[in-house]
Amino acid sequence: MSKIKSLDELKKIREEAKNSTSLRTTGENPDRVVIKVGMATCGIAAGARVVMGALIDEIARLQLENVSVMATGCVGMCYAEPIVEVHTPGRGVIRYGNVSEKLARDIIEKHIVAGELLEDVIVGREA
Amino acid sequence: MLQTLQSADGSNDRPTDEFDYASLDRYIDSLTDKRGALIPVLHKAQSLFGYLPVEVQSHIALKLDIPSAKVFGVVTFYSFFTMKKKGEYKVDICLGTACFVRGAQKIADALCRELNIKVGEVSEDGLFSLDALRCVGACGLAPVVSVNGKVYGRVTEDDVKSIVEEQMVKDGERR
Amino acid sequence: MDRFRMHILICGGTGCKASEADGVKAALRLSIEKNGMSREAQVVTTGCFGFCEQGPIVKVYPDNVFYVHVTEKDADLIVKEHVVKGRPVESLMFHDANDGASISEHRSMPFYQSQVRIALRNCGIIDPEKIDDYIALDGYQALAKVLTEMTPEETTKEIIDSGLRGRGGAGFPTGVKWETTRKAQDDKKYVVCNADEGDPGAFMDRSILEGDPHSVLEAMAIAGYAIGANEGVIYIRAEYPLAVERLNIAISQAEEYGLLGEDILGTGFSFKIRLNLGAGAFVCGEETALLNSIQGTRGEPRVKPPFPAQKGLWDKPTVINNVETYANVCPIINNGAEWFRKTGTDKCPGTKVFALAGKINNVGLVEVPMGIKLSDIVYKIGGGIRNAKKFKSLQTGGPSGGCISTENLDIEITYETLQSVGSMMGSGGMIVMDEDDCMVNIAKYYLDFTLEESCGKCTPCRVGNTRLYEMLDDITKGRGKMEYLDELEQLGEVIKDCSLCGLGQTAPNPVLSTLKYFRDEYEEHILHKRCPAKACKDLLRFFVIPEKCIGCTLCARNCPVSCISGDRKVVHEIDQSRCIKCGECFEKCPKEAIARE
Repeated sequence: MSKIKSLDELKKIREEAKNSTSLRTTGENPDRVVIKVGMATCGIAAGARVVMGALIDEIARLQLENVSVMATGCVGMCYAEPIVEVHTPGRGVIRYGNVSEKLARDIIEKHIVAGELLEDVIVGREA
Repeated sequence: MLQTLQSADGSNDRPTDEFDYASLDRYIDSLTDKRGALIPVLHKAQSLFGYLPVEVQSHIALKLDIPSAKVFGVVTFYSFFTMKKKGEYKVDICLGTACFVRGAQKIADALCRELNIKVGEVSEDGLFSLDALRCVGACGLAPVVSVNGKVYGRVTEDDVKSIVEEQMVKDGERR
Repeated sequence: MDRFRMHILICGGTGCKASEADGVKAALRLSIEKNGMSREAQVVTTGCFGFCEQGPIVKVYPDNVFYVHVTEKDADLIVKEHVVKGRPVESLMFHDANDGASISEHRSMPFYQSQVRIALRNCGIIDPEKIDDYIALDGYQALAKVLTEMTPEETTKEIIDSGLRGRGGAGFPTGVKWETTRKAQDDKKYVVCNADEGDPGAFMDRSILEGDPHSVLEAMAIAGYAIGANEGVIYIRAEYPLAVERLNIAISQAEEYGLLGEDILGTGFSFKIRLNLGAGAFVCGEETALLNSIQGTRGEPRVKPPFPAQKGLWDKPTVINNVETYANVCPIINNGAEWFRKTGTDKCPGTKVFALAGKINNVGLVEVPMGIKLSDIVYKIGGGIRNAKKFKSLQTGGPSGGCISTENLDIEITYETLQSVGSMMGSGGMIVMDEDDCMVNIAKYYLDFTLEESCGKCTPCRVGNTRLYEMLDDITKGRGKMEYLDELEQLGEVIKDCSLCGLGQTAPNPVLSTLKYFRDEYEEHILHKRCPAKACKDLLRFFVIPEKCIGCTLCARNCPVSCISGDRKVVHEIDQSRCIKCGECFEKCPKEAIARE
């Protein structure tokens, strides 16, 4: 550790430190967007772990403060794994299938940030 | 003079105990500001020797250049300081309000029976001492007993026997 | 994966540590490693969640799932199910006492629903041993703000405007204290933190120090800037080893970062803080006694005035606030006085932390807005009385407070309302008592405490309380007289009027309040030599009901003084002359054949 000599340096440290605690503060927010990744045996076999890594990485890169990524069990659509669900409070669930690492990053950039649905790869919706 | 002080507290200092003051003196010498240092020094001494008999108090008085009456006054004022040697296993029963309303007095009575000593005493073999505490802050676990700092929560009268036996077994293994 | 996708928080407070939280932590770490999740999930120790009754407590983010009574054996289950497969473990969740439904998120628990967390804002979210965690949640922003944007006058004014009042007892306006000390002319001033939380059954200050130590350090530095001091002292109980350890870590981390020490953030302001360990004297919670103790003498109170703001530590102007008061300072600076005033009542803005304990279902630490009803705390947050017993009394303010009866349960909590019913806020201990608690015995218990802790300086406190105790002792032993009741009242008033410090001035409160609200219990003890709650041993008698006794010998075998005689299948008998009234036979008898009167 080195001494913090100015307000700017303190702010810099705060921004860096936020990355490690945002998981908790976001978790406390009832209005957060939740992205669920199917992490049952078939999901993991199809590459869900890589997808999850990409999602988390992208959220941190874009410093999104209101999005949580969680693992969930099998949703029964094993043919479409890895599956990623986006739960937006008040706006239902959008389910994407056959998600690749690249697609995971697109989901964050387009769906979460820009609000555009990736219609081609949606495999289900719930109100 | 020493004799009077001892009987005033009713303590049973065994003059046979030897005190190695080297470490305490080093601590006192390391203090830059001796103003208000008495209580920290007493904490240090008690952590080294386990108790603060008159002999130790006199040494501290000389070292800090204050009257030994003042040292005695401070030692006897604060309940954390003791002039009596405690047992190898220091049993504390919490008598804070939360424990009290959940039956701590019964546990205290049971401990007295089991150890055959009163609260504030040391067993003849020097193995156990029993003291009452005012709240260790684990009120969710009331009533609480602690042995050498290990906390036992939600203690029942039946547990008392096993807690004491646990220490006896430990002591047996150690020897 | 470089970023952890899951944080598993485990409570590292004294309550949970006592219920083996360390073992659970080790087991969780081991299991995470075994299941190859070391790079995805992280175990974090944090401060008290407040729900001590249900400890050890584990919280999992980002799902925000709350597990209670977690044991070492459960660690594997949590990791294999929740961490690896994303399936929260329902059996470990909190179950509602009323309908048995499992509740996963702590927000949905009745225990947390009515709470507002300002002083405890970071407890249970950050790792108290990591300064970065604190900084991430706006830590040291308030200090930076006052140092760079505000003058000492403005800083003090913000605190005055917020209406923050001392959380340690009488509720003196904090800002006014600061203002007086700021205006005092001297070359040296001090900031002191009173962390000598001695009320039996109160542990909010300890939880803040263990769960969020930096919030107190930062507030003390702000106070230092406001009044013109560069030295702070925290006077803390030696009985709180964990809090001492965490404070020491926090101080050294803040010094390493340059947030304490010389020339903080390049503004030229310097402030250092040191710890001073108490030595177990309740009276040292009184501010002037505390100052004497820091100075290395017996902790006897001083005559006021002069107040510490004029002549405090080493006779220099000194600000003394308690831990919880300081914990409110940074949010006020960051969000403004107006924001703070939105919570609580007009005269008592903000929140108060209470340590809820005794015969209540949910023992723990709760932070509620001022002005909430007592009954809401007992029934909504506390979940009602244990074992479906009947509520009798709520004791607030520890040995200085009084016992509040059912008819006053609907008052809205403020410093003033509690005083008007014969109790006080005190540090915030709140002990619930049920039908099995004898109010005479409780009054005697508190007096026993005060007697032991009275420093002996003033006669009314030293001798008067002894006399009160003797009368109560007589009453609980069947030797009481009716004249005692008036005598208790009169003497109590004299002690209140004539004592020098807060300890003596409030010591008779437990007696006076129980006399006022539970006089019938006193009379029952005196006139009929009966203890209605069956708590006073000397008025009790245990005997065997011959028709019910089956002669199983269980009572005789368990009697610690062997005063029960009788052979197998023969009705037993208790020798009253030797009975010590321990109640062992009463509890052991399988046929309820032992009567207690």
